[in-house]
Amino acid sequence: MSKFVFLIPLLPLIGFLINGLGRNFLSKTLSGMIGSGVLVASFVLSILVFREVSAAGFSTQIINLFDFIKVAGLNIPFAFQIDQLSALFLLIITGIGSLIHIYSTAYMHEESSPHFARYFAYLNLFVFSMLLLVMGANFIVMFIGWEGVGLCSYLLIGYWFGNNNYNNAAKKAFVMNRIGDLGFLLAIFWMLSQFGSITYADVFAKASTAPVTVLTGIAILLFIGAMGKSAQIPLFTWLPDAMAGPTPVSALIHAATMVTAGIYMIARSNAIYSLAPVAQHLVAIVGLATALLAATIAIKQNDIKKVLAYSTVSQLGLMFLALGVGAYTSGVFHVMTHAFFKALLFLGAGSVIHAMHHEQDILKMGGLRSKLPITHITFLIGCIAIAGLPPFAGFFSKDEILAAAHDMNPIYYVLGVITSLMTAFYMFRLYFLTFSGSFRGTEEQALHVHESPFSMTFPLLILAILSIAGGWIGIPAVFAENAHWLSNFLQPVVPERHVHHHIPHNMELMLMGVVVALVLVMIVIAAKKFAKSDLGEPNEPTGFGKILANKWYVDELYDFIVVKPVNFLASFFSRVVDNSIIDGLVNGIGRGVQFSARQMRLLQSGQIGSYVLIMTVSIILFFIFQLLWKA
Amino acid sequence: MPIIPVNYYIFLAVALFAIGIVGVLTRRNAIIIFMCIELMLNAVNILLVAFSKMHHVAAYALDKTTTVGTEAQLFVFFIMVVAAAEVTVGLAIIVMLYRNIHSVDINFLNRLKH
Amino acid sequence: MFAAFDNFPALLIWLPLAGGLLSFFIKSDKGAKANAMIFSLLSLGVMLGALAYTESKHFMLNQVSYVWLPGIGSSFGLILDGLTRILALLTVIIFPIVFLLVPSGRYHHANRFYGLMLLTQCGLLGVFMATDALVFYLFWELALIPVYFLSSTWGGEKRIRATFKFFIYTFLGSLFLLLGILYMYLKTGTGSFGLVAFYNVQLSELEQFVLFGLFFIAFAIKMPIFPFHTWQPEAYEEAPTPVTMVLSGIMVKMGLFGVLRWLLPMFPLAVKAFNTPIIIVIVAGMVYASFIAIYQDSIKRLIAYSSIAHIGLMAAGAFTLKDSAIHGMTLQMFSHGINIVALWIVADLVERQTGVTRISQLGGIAKKAPTLTIFLVIAAFANIALPLTNAFVGELMIFNGLFQFKPWIAALAGLSIILSAVYTLNMVKNVFYGETVAATAGFSDINKVQVLALGILTALIFVVGVYPDPFFKLIHETVGLIVNKYVTI
Repeated sequence: MSKFVFLIPLLPLIGFLINGLGRNFLSKTLSGMIGSGVLVASFVLSILVFREVSAAGFSTQIINLFDFIKVAGLNIPFAFQIDQLSALFLLIITGIGSLIHIYSTAYMHEESSPHFARYFAYLNLFVFSMLLLVMGANFIVMFIGWEGVGLCSYLLIGYWFGNNNYNNAAKKAFVMNRIGDLGFLLAIFWMLSQFGSITYADVFAKASTAPVTVLTGIAILLFIGAMGKSAQIPLFTWLPDAMAGPTPVSALIHAATMVTAGIYMIARSNAIYSLAPVAQHLVAIVGLATALLAATIAIKQNDIKKVLAYSTVSQLGLMFLALGVGAYTSGVFHVMTHAFFKALLFLGAGSVIHAMHHEQDILKMGGLRSKLPITHITFLIGCIAIAGLPPFAGFFSKDEILAAAHDMNPIYYVLGVITSLMTAFYMFRLYFLTFSGSFRGTEEQALHVHESPFSMTFPLLILAILSIAGGWIGIPAVFAENAHWLSNFLQPVVPERHVHHHIPHNMELMLMGVVVALVLVMIVIAAKKFAKSDLGEPNEPTGFGKILANKWYVDELYDFIVVKPVNFLASFFSRVVDNSIIDGLVNGIGRGVQFSARQMRLLQSGQIGSYVLIMTVSIILFFIFQLLWKA
Repeated sequence: MPIIPVNYYIFLAVALFAIGIVGVLTRRNAIIIFMCIELMLNAVNILLVAFSKMHHVAAYALDKTTTVGTEAQLFVFFIMVVAAAEVTVGLAIIVMLYRNIHSVDINFLNRLKH
Repeated sequence: MFAAFDNFPALLIWLPLAGGLLSFFIKSDKGAKANAMIFSLLSLGVMLGALAYTESKHFMLNQVSYVWLPGIGSSFGLILDGLTRILALLTVIIFPIVFLLVPSGRYHHANRFYGLMLLTQCGLLGVFMATDALVFYLFWELALIPVYFLSSTWGGEKRIRATFKFFIYTFLGSLFLLLGILYMYLKTGTGSFGLVAFYNVQLSELEQFVLFGLFFIAFAIKMPIFPFHTWQPEAYEEAPTPVTMVLSGIMVKMGLFGVLRWLLPMFPLAVKAFNTPIIIVIVAGMVYASFIAIYQDSIKRLIAYSSIAHIGLMAAGAFTLKDSAIHGMTLQMFSHGINIVALWIVADLVERQTGVTRISQLGGIAKKAPTLTIFLVIAAFANIALPLTNAFVGELMIFNGLFQFKPWIAALAGLSIILSAVYTLNMVKNVFYGETVAATAGFSDINKVQVLALGILTALIFVVGVYPDPFFKLIHETVGLIVNKYVTI
């Protein structure tokens, strides 16, 4: 197996090179086929790898490609690690990646062929980086992928570079990620100096030998990295802005894969986190706070992609909650189910946007149910899945997280439930506003609304099936003992939590029932409110609603406490300190020399008498000086 | 024959020198300044001769064949020669100046400044 | 004296010198350019040949010692060792690329222009290879003087003022250097200017402190590091772009090289005593320069301040005395040279077509010139040390060394990582993305020659970034000698 594992990331890289270098020569069909073809090939290879990994008696494999840095006491090989966790992520990335590539061939068809090829080049490069991220056998390779996906995210958000708002969004995403990356880097250095190695195997084996404070420090710094990449408080504001990119990009990068890199990282480093309870609590609290905050904002957004973006932030928060309470498997489980239904929702939204000719405001949609039948039914499945109704995928993973949160702290549980209720509400608000009621767009749009081509609906259908059935690999013990296939599968990499369920099964069933009932209530409320054919005049939100509609003014706050001071310091340093003080000093020395030269020149009056006088006085002074010196 | 003490020569020389300096500093006529410079030179000459004689007498008392101290009188001749050369050139310059600007007042002669 | 022409250091000195002098006698512009290309490519060939003979058994091929001034104990000594090879390689790669991109007819009296450039190359190579303090000083000045004439003859509007400041400032530094060298010479006892003799001088602590100060100021001005940096933005802005490339790509490395070759081995006690405050000042200066870069509206000044920040990181790395950091900064000297020259080329191409260097007056070039934009984006991301580009390897190792030295200093220096992303992406966004504006409406993409030049640099960016191992092998031994000196103290 190890012979061809390197092909999995190499194929997308080759696709990137072909599309990137040949963008002026390739036809659209060809570049679409190359772009998608390499991914499908990678997917097939990933399945083979997965089969091998899931076979009995498999042990973790390390594949050394070459020495990246081997000097000065550092030994950083460019190596891949194949184990259960990376195999699972390989499947998710290449699988969903393939679907989204296929979808994109239709979605991006309006672009001219060089730009079309550029799009696929970026997308392939992204998959390459993401695969490096999950396949790396040490933190440096992970970091290479980590920054690589950030780069691709930047390039794809700013894909339509003619629009400066998009470019600003791209820049914001990159810079916020960089802030996180600094934390990651510092964690890497700390691990290097503490453990003398950066390879997973060494670090995790030696983790228990390090003092708890060091582990806590490393864990928190790693988490700062995760905050940036996975859009957690305080570094979450880039993700909604990142919706400037093409919709398939939002589905792949900003919902299914890249933003879950932080969860992968922490799940991967569970050996460190389990030994650092303070860091774990921080992860849980930040995750929960993000989940709540983003959910409240999502309720008041009117842009179809923005709602989904805040929903993603919120779901990521839930995943961090899972990691924070030690339920690593549940976190990874939710990554997987979330990848299915969120990719589905984004692609569905893309289909809607495509049909509506780039209209994204849900207040101007409505009644699309009959016009877009496949999109409608798959979108509905996605909404049910994210709302968490059984037996859809979201139910199982979310329930597991909530149960784990309940074990740790009932307050976490209550807040988690509130978040999922809000999720149900805003998702169905979105659904009803888009698909029910009467059409609120222009007549022009009404004429042209049409179902998307098969290459777009096909991925929707596949993802819809996965959104229904994807959760069945993690049946909780309440329903059937030992049916949690995923947790058994991940056992070697992510050990089972040591905390056992405190609550009896009937109690757990009752809680589950109550939550499901409440979710249904939420859906009904949303239906009552938004499924009408006449919404009335959209009124300006007031009071609390206004705060939510303005996203708690977080962007304004950051502008005030970060951007403005940075700009002020930049101009202060440049104009005052550098120009006036330092350069002033340098120029001042020069000017001082010139000035004294001008003063000295005045002595040269040309008056012979004065020269003689100066001479005489000087001689006399000299004599006096001599006399005194001798004395 | 009683020897005139050397102090008298020194006082004379200092007086002449001071007159010379004051003259150079205060007078504006180039010719007078010139004469004052000569005065200073000659004040130095007197000193040289006086010290030379004193020095030689002291050495002669010990050794009748010595020539110690006579070198200074040689310098006097040098100074006189140089002074003569100086006068030649200096007066020529002053004459040329007078021809050009019709004045020998040194306060008009500040062209060195430029 | 002419006995040893058949070895690499000698050829590397004489070729550019001969080419430079020859250039003054060539009348036609084309001929002068061809002459410059030939001699710079010959140097490149010699250097590539030298890389095939790096084992210690080929020692005689890699060092020269002509009898020069035996009366005062100075011999014309040159050597190619690990540290030198990588910088000489950088020099001989940059010069042909610079020559390649000079459009014909851009500079009047082209023969003098190319001649002075080749003399500069000779001076730079001499500085890197010298094993004798007097020879080192000679080349140090030889590299400076042609640059003075180049900038003041072919520079921008305010060239006289900027060049004067640059010259006086760096010359002041040189005088400190000369003072230090003379004192060291007197202390050798045997009256020798040789590198080894200088290394072996026994100095009291006070003497080390004073001499350290003299050498440090000279090198700090040359690099330049905060707060000696104010000559740089003006000089970069006013000098003709080929000269700016040489200045920022290679000449600033003279200071860093001086630290590694002269300062660290000669004054261990002083380095140990002063390195913490020096690193703190340098790192604060890095962050400071990064802030200033955000504010700049001129592409050239932005690159200049960015360079100050990057050079600061390398200097800080050298003073940590950590194995990892010194390896990293040595490689980074090479990488930074490649990256910044690529950035200058792009800035120059933009200025040549639009006549504008103000960021606020540009925009939308990506629509008109996609190829140029691709190269720019690669260079820009290499400048902010994205993984798999060359700067990542070096900066990773420098940061690792800084972290070993003091974790909080690494964190502070890390701020510049974030800020570098801010200003670089601002520049990319405002100049290349967005809609076209008046100045860029008629922009056309780059030609084959320019693609070739940028392509070579880009290839180097990725080669070093993906597989830095051969480069580390090249420098490992020499860097090890410097670091080991401190292990024993």
